Amino acid sequence: MVNKELAIEATDLRVIRGGKVVLHDLTVGIPTASVVGLLGPSGGGKSTFIRSVVGVQRIAGGQVTVFGEPAGSPALRHRVGYVTQTPSVYADLTVRENVAYFGAVCGAPEHATAEAIASVDLTPQTDQRVGTLSGGQLSRVSLAAALVASPDLLVLDEPTVGLDPVLRRDLWDLFHRLAAGGTSLLVSSHVMDEATRCTRLLLIREGRIIADTTPADLLTTTGAPDAEAAFLSLIDSQEGRA
Amino acid sequence: MNPRLTLITAGRVLRQIRSDHRTVALMLVVPCVLIGLLAWVFGDKPMVFDHIGPALLGVFPFVVMFIVTSIATLRERTGGTIERLMATPLGKADFMVGYAVAFGIMAIVQALVATAFAVWVCGLDVAGPVWVLVVVAVLDAVLGTALGLLASAFAHTEFQAVQFMPAFVLPQFLVCGLLQPRDQLPTFLSHLSDLLPLSYAVDAMGSVATKASPMGEVGPDLLIIGGWIAASLLLGSLTLRRQTE
Repeated sequence: MVNKELAIEATDLRVIRGGKVVLHDLTVGIPTASVVGLLGPSGGGKSTFIRSVVGVQRIAGGQVTVFGEPAGSPALRHRVGYVTQTPSVYADLTVRENVAYFGAVCGAPEHATAEAIASVDLTPQTDQRVGTLSGGQLSRVSLAAALVASPDLLVLDEPTVGLDPVLRRDLWDLFHRLAAGGTSLLVSSHVMDEATRCTRLLLIREGRIIADTTPADLLTTTGAPDAEAAFLSLIDSQEGRA
Repeated sequence: MNPRLTLITAGRVLRQIRSDHRTVALMLVVPCVLIGLLAWVFGDKPMVFDHIGPALLGVFPFVVMFIVTSIATLRERTGGTIERLMATPLGKADFMVGYAVAFGIMAIVQALVATAFAVWVCGLDVAGPVWVLVVVAVLDAVLGTALGLLASAFAHTEFQAVQFMPAFVLPQFLVCGLLQPRDQLPTFLSHLSDLLPLSYAVDAMGSVATKASPMGEVGPDLLIIGGWIAASLLLGSLTLRRQTE
């Protein structure tokens, strides 16, 4: 069953890595043109789910479709931007050379390079070798290398880790601007505070989705004061400790 | 395979090499130093230098390119850039051939410098035309790149990648005919040397060294080396996986 209104649709998705079940028959739908947070502790299956959506993860069962097509199919590779958890760019090239290369591979026009660099606030570093940048700047180059292709779906694995609060806020603002322009975003994070910045939330733990909700509903249903407490109360209630 | 994406990737690899001045210097200077050393070793036996000099002019770029390529692709794998590229329209063959083109261009420069040094500075005297030396050296270097790409598919760490050099290259060197003519090797090794590509590289260089018009012998050798290059790139593309566990 394929739903055109969904950016991502996973049905009974099962992934086994190293003989261990990492995703347990996950079924979930992610709407278009919104910022969906994938939150949960590390080791819970966030990166594996993201890799499945992008189509680089071998899956053991079920299926994932993106815009109605099987994840990773050639038609999708122009439309899906992927930002890996550790910044994956070439340290021996400049910011411009990196962004231009990934743009060219996806067929982006030349002017998109400078625009993508500007959108992550790295214009002053344009001609700097990436290997000489700070960790936070590095992850923004990695982001720009995905933005340059103006993807319809942008999948980001922990993009805000290690960034200072101002930059984090700026990035979330950027994500919402992109969503307002029609881009669908799936953003993972293990920092529960970031839950409040998302339009929708998926809480994932031990390979299972334990909540598919909005930030407001999460707080209302659990009666918790913040996202972190809400997450804990969800776990407690599921394990019968409430 | 998409020629545009292949060339874009080759350009990117060349920009990476260019940014590392020391690597460029090493690629160009090391073969010259080795040739110079060889000429010096056989200073009073120029006949010997004329005999094995061309062969080593083919072997050195092969070894250098093998190492550089296998490390470069391993870096793509450990750095996560290959996983990222596999999520883009870039084809596996675009990636492989892009590397081969980039290192092929480096190989042309390297072969020109090393051959010029061997002929004009060290006085290497070959019976055949010098440009054939350059062509064979370039093809040997591209062969090194293609085998390096293939080998790196089986290396998971830098330690493994570095050790593939002696594992892939030295056995070929031992049976390629430089130490002992190939027809005088024990039967099994003689057949083995008939299979391995470096044997044909050394045969081709031997023909240039001894024959005034060597194309009759060199042509088939180059075809076999070309076949090995194509097969290695194809196998390398097949071992590259879009999806991993």
